[in-house]
Amino acid sequence: MTCDEAEILLSALIDGELDAGHVREVEAHVAECPRCAAALAAYRQMNQAIAAADLSYTAPPALRRRIEASLPQVRVAPSRRSVLKGFAMGSAVSALAATGLVAIVLRNDDEQRIMSEVVSAHLRSLQAGHLTDVISTDQHTVKPWFNGKLDVSPPVIDLTTQGFTLIGGRLDYVDARAIGAVVYRRRQHIINLFIAQTPNIERRAAKTEIIQGFNIRRWSERGLNYWAISDIGADELTEFGEKFETAMQANKEG
Amino acid sequence: MPGRWRPAGRANAFSARAGQEAMPVTSFNDDPDKARRFRDAALPYLDDVYTLARYLLRDPADAEDAVQECFLRALKHFDTYRGPAMKPWLFAILRNVCRAEFARRASAPTGIDEDAPETAEQAPLWHEMPETPEAQILRERDASAIRRMVEALAEPFKETFVLREINHLSYREIADAVGAPVGTVMSRLARARAMLRSAWLAEEEQPE
Repeated sequence: MTCDEAEILLSALIDGELDAGHVREVEAHVAECPRCAAALAAYRQMNQAIAAADLSYTAPPALRRRIEASLPQVRVAPSRRSVLKGFAMGSAVSALAATGLVAIVLRNDDEQRIMSEVVSAHLRSLQAGHLTDVISTDQHTVKPWFNGKLDVSPPVIDLTTQGFTLIGGRLDYVDARAIGAVVYRRRQHIINLFIAQTPNIERRAAKTEIIQGFNIRRWSERGLNYWAISDIGADELTEFGEKFETAMQANKEG
Repeated sequence: MPGRWRPAGRANAFSARAGQEAMPVTSFNDDPDKARRFRDAALPYLDDVYTLARYLLRDPADAEDAVQECFLRALKHFDTYRGPAMKPWLFAILRNVCRAEFARRASAPTGIDEDAPETAEQAPLWHEMPETPEAQILRERDASAIRRMVEALAEPFKETFVLREINHLSYREIADAVGAPVGTVMSRLARARAMLRSAWLAEEEQPE
């Protein structure tokens, strides 16, 4: 490997973007080349200094207000109660038909509402200091932490070796109920895996949707509903979901 | 991509320019739900977008105008938005807004600095390196000094560096935001680091 090649890869090494094969090659070159070793040391030092300095800016409050003001005013979305009231007042509809209709409306409505609550919970978790209640990369620390806090014991699976680092757990609220959130990291991206109990024990295959620019993959298995949400691409979130389900399967059989 | 440029005075150009595209913001008045979804999805990244604008434009007032214009355009196109992730998408829009400002500054009577970015990008990396290759310990610098050095980096290296080190995007997301291959992102970052390192060392020779 020449120094020019190594120089480019050094940078990717620092950013954690190199595959294992290239990591070995660059490290072998650095071990023999004082010039590249010096560059690597300097880059690491620069990175630490930059991380410590926090070079980001905060948008002026006036700018935020101007942008908010340029958006149309948000009306309060009609509540479920008012939907029901609408049906109750529709006297032409027979009671039986109305009941069936309401059930359908509510079910779809619920699903969408819960999805958007999942998005809100994800966004909330990304605010400083809200991501984890228990910070640990050890599944045997995170799982017992949920004991007594929820009516279920959410599965906590360490997928670190498969590219998804377990970073902790959190108690969150979706649909006015406490819900478990297991937090993973993929490079700089956060994946929240929300887990809640469902009376429905049949398996529902995974489905991925985009809501507000986030990918959400949801599935049901053995009486639990899962929502994995992140800003990583749909393909990577699918990979996450598949690895999680495979690991669950292995646990069950093992 | 323009080369290095110097600020060319205060500009109100963003909104004037935007007028040509006739922002139909009022058409959103009949869809407050969309506005709410947009607000939830995009506004959490306001600080990130503003940060990038500050580094690209190096002028707080220009940055504010550019960010406001960026969010207006994002709202306008939110209907058809299907990805990539929200953050790189907003950055891509902001870059387009800034490009108009670069063009305006370049056509202004002063402030033109015609660097040839293409050749700069192809020159061997070692041209940036200090003469003495032995390990030199970089002196500690405070945040404002580091910020100044980053701001002084030439484009397109600065933008790539800021997206990576300050906005924390992955290589893939940077590639999405700037519309360049991942390999180009990687080599730009390597060069940005080499440039920053020499700037860091140079500043140490001549302390302020």
